[in-house]
Amino acid sequence: MHNFEFVKPSTLADAVAALGDGEAQPLSGGQTLIPSMKARLNAPGLLVSLTGIAELKGVCREGDMLVIGAATTHATVAADAAADFPGLAALAGQIGDHAVRNRGTVGGSLANNNPSACYPAAALGTGATIVTNAREIAADDYFQGMFTTALEEGEIITSIRFPIPQKAAYAKFLQPAPRFALTVVVVAQYASGVRVAVTGASEGGVFRWAEAEAALSAKFDADAIAGLSHSSDGMISDLHGTPEYRAHLVRVMTQRAVRAAL
Amino acid sequence: MSHVKMKVNGRDVSASVEGRTLLSSYLRDLLGMTGTHVGCDTSQCGACVVLVNGQAIKSCTAFAADLDGAEVTTVEGMANPDGSLGRIQQAFQDYHGLQCGFCTPGMVMSTAALLAENPKPTEEEVRHYLEGNICRCTGYQNIVRAVMAASGQDAGALAAE
Ligand SMILES: Cc1cc2nc3c(=O)[nH]c(=O)nc-3n(C[C@H](O)[C@H](O)[C@H](O)COP(=O)(O)OP(=O)(O)OC[C@H]3O[C@@H](n4cnc5c(N)ncnc54)[C@H](O)[C@@H]3O)c2cc1C
Ligand code: FES
Ligand code: FES
Repeated sequence: MHNFEFVKPSTLADAVAALGDGEAQPLSGGQTLIPSMKARLNAPGLLVSLTGIAELKGVCREGDMLVIGAATTHATVAADAAADFPGLAALAGQIGDHAVRNRGTVGGSLANNNPSACYPAAALGTGATIVTNAREIAADDYFQGMFTTALEEGEIITSIRFPIPQKAAYAKFLQPAPRFALTVVVVAQYASGVRVAVTGASEGGVFRWAEAEAALSAKFDADAIAGLSHSSDGMISDLHGTPEYRAHLVRVMTQRAVRAAL
Repeated sequence: MSHVKMKVNGRDVSASVEGRTLLSSYLRDLLGMTGTHVGCDTSQCGACVVLVNGQAIKSCTAFAADLDGAEVTTVEGMANPDGSLGRIQQAFQDYHGLQCGFCTPGMVMSTAALLAENPKPTEEEVRHYLEGNICRCTGYQNIVRAVMAASGQDAGALAAE
């Protein structure tokens, strides 16, 4: 990998200032960025580590919200979100393997927006708010296609505010070699209705399945969507599955998530 | 270049690193501690797992400069003070939990992390925990036996595959 300058500020203000340099990029857990730098897909001139900034870490309940610092690891979310939002803790606890979970972070996952990653489904499926150093972005506006988000150059995610649902669960169809998901569905029930978000299936990245949301809002039961089928248009096609297979998985995993939530 | 200090297996160490120096390279190339193996170098195989401040991480996927001041435990730190094999290492030997041995440093360190969290894991918990540690030789059965034995449980009771 190409060499770079490295800084590790201890405050958000210092990190934001360091990222003002056009060559700079934030480093969180490095579980995505370091492999991509090794492959020379990425060659920042300056890395600004976020791992020394206490204000970016931790899981904290604020009324109906669970607020998670961007630099909180998957392992910490799995442990510390378990009491308030068990569905989210379960999702974090299934990411990659234990060593990945000890480094990888929520903020890194959302900034990266890998089409097969788990957190984008959690954020969109709960209608979370992505809080940055500059503004607050609703999940519905944040995800803009695979590996693309509303973040501006140099903008840092500071925390994510997850509305705590009445019931929620996620279902992951594991692709065992890379430990990523072939398809992940997050289902969350609120007083205002049910949200369903899917990753791993569409070439457009994470998306909401409106038809299933309407059916499940009317009746929160796996049978309520038994007759639905998702279109295979725009679904990912690779050696692990055809678009039709993935479209089928979307319904099956949604039903599994509903059953797990009940 | 910056100067990075760590405590590795209880010993204070320091070395000058570049930004891009990985923890695996800090240990192997700068400190000469080649017990930690680099298999894939792409965070897939787990051969390079070490403990940093008590937590298992992949040393090929962390920068040394990001870990200034950390306490690191490697497979070299798993032996008894007199140099004989430690409990987990001995169990791997007793139950033939290795063949070529390339994956073993990572297996031993992941096992150490598992048993610190969960001293008496079930077979299923062992298999789940070790899913990021890949072994090309053993077929895993004897690794699981070794971990069960290291936790003081009856390794003979495991069903044959
Ligand atoms: C073997 C393996 C298996 C995995 N399995 C899964 C899985 O099953 N499901 C899953 O969801 N993920 C999986 N991952 C990915 C993992 O969750 C990563 O940790 C995560 O995608 C990136 O988080 P990170 O903290 O490591 O970010 P980094 O790698 O540090 O950064 C990723 C990108 O985000 C940017 N960035 C980081 N933090 C911020 C911030 N706060 N604000 C703005 N930009 C930021 C960086 O500049 C970089 O571009 C896996 C990874 C590996 C290596
Ligand atoms: S060498 Fe680090 S995971 Fe394979
Ligand atoms: S013993 Fe050879 S890779 Fe595991």
